[in-house]
Amino acid sequence: MIRAAAGFALLACATLAGAAEIRPSRDYLSPELRAQQDDPSRHPGWLWVEEGEALWRRGARSCASCHGDIAGMRGVSARYPTVAADGALLNLEGRIERCRTEHQGEAAFGYESEPLLSLTAAIAQRSRGLPVSVATDGPAAAFLEEGRRLFGMRQGQLNLSCGQCHDDNAGRRLRGDVISNGLPTGYPAYRLEWNTLGSLHRRLRACSLGVRAEQFPLGSPEYLALELLLAARANGQPVEAPGLRR
Amino acid sequence: MAASIPARITLPETARRGEVVSVRVLVRHPMERGFDGPGLTPLPRHILHTLRVTYAGEEVFRMALSSGIAANPYVEFTTVATETGDLVFEWQEDGGAVYRREARLVVT
Repeated sequence: MIRAAAGFALLACATLAGAAEIRPSRDYLSPELRAQQDDPSRHPGWLWVEEGEALWRRGARSCASCHGDIAGMRGVSARYPTVAADGALLNLEGRIERCRTEHQGEAAFGYESEPLLSLTAAIAQRSRGLPVSVATDGPAAAFLEEGRRLFGMRQGQLNLSCGQCHDDNAGRRLRGDVISNGLPTGYPAYRLEWNTLGSLHRRLRACSLGVRAEQFPLGSPEYLALELLLAARANGQPVEAPGLRR
Repeated sequence: MAASIPARITLPETARRGEVVSVRVLVRHPMERGFDGPGLTPLPRHILHTLRVTYAGEEVFRMALSSGIAANPYVEFTTVATETGDLVFEWQEDGGAVYRREARLVVT
């Protein structure tokens, strides 16, 4: 009996980050911001989506020359980050940069550059509303474990782990905003604080700074592993990209 | 010659004559408000300071934008659909540049 109870408690701990606790990021937005996120005519992120769709067709060896119309990208971003054939963990930005250097024979755009943000937004937008479905088994398992370690690790001068805010205190206020479950579904997102569109890794750097921890570089293995864990937490939740955030 | 600028203009596809239509326009611009002070490299203000909209050649909307407006300003206004014609949006930027975009309103 006691053993059964202990077993149940263990199970409950293991599934603490399970579906019951986690709500879509849009649920944590103010009604005004949520309405604006849903309305492309008022959502500045669509300026980047349009730019990205133009980039998709631009050049002799354009994205469209291999992939066809961008409408074919439906559902793709919901599967990222994913492990490539050579064993590297790639997010959507990483995949686009690889395509660019290996197949298009062009120089990489660079993380957080305007063209990369635009293309990422345009591709991610095609999965809007579809459920996140990243693979967490096979070659992804080791990366997921690393992501889980980072998520649970106390960091920085404030000695906080991600979960202490995004699991334990989701729904409560932090400064002027409501703490969400930290899902990556809305990224790249237009943040009012930034006055521009930005990537998930830029957001993660802001989180690291917030707890006064070491900020990892954009596209670093640490943030990639964390992105996979966040996406795994979001499995089944709708993609919101391009999101609108405070 | 006015240059183009990334903007999203939202109009109803068609409108009846006499109908009040809402016009939404979102434009991409950093709206740099500028700053100066001891020890700082002064940065001049660089914003879109005026938005002027004509409809079938006639001015229907004019707005002075201030440096207090955030980047990528969004404006919504209404006008009365009179005849099929172009709405011409003209933004004037600090330094004298003028940007222009057009959208057609079809009146049935």
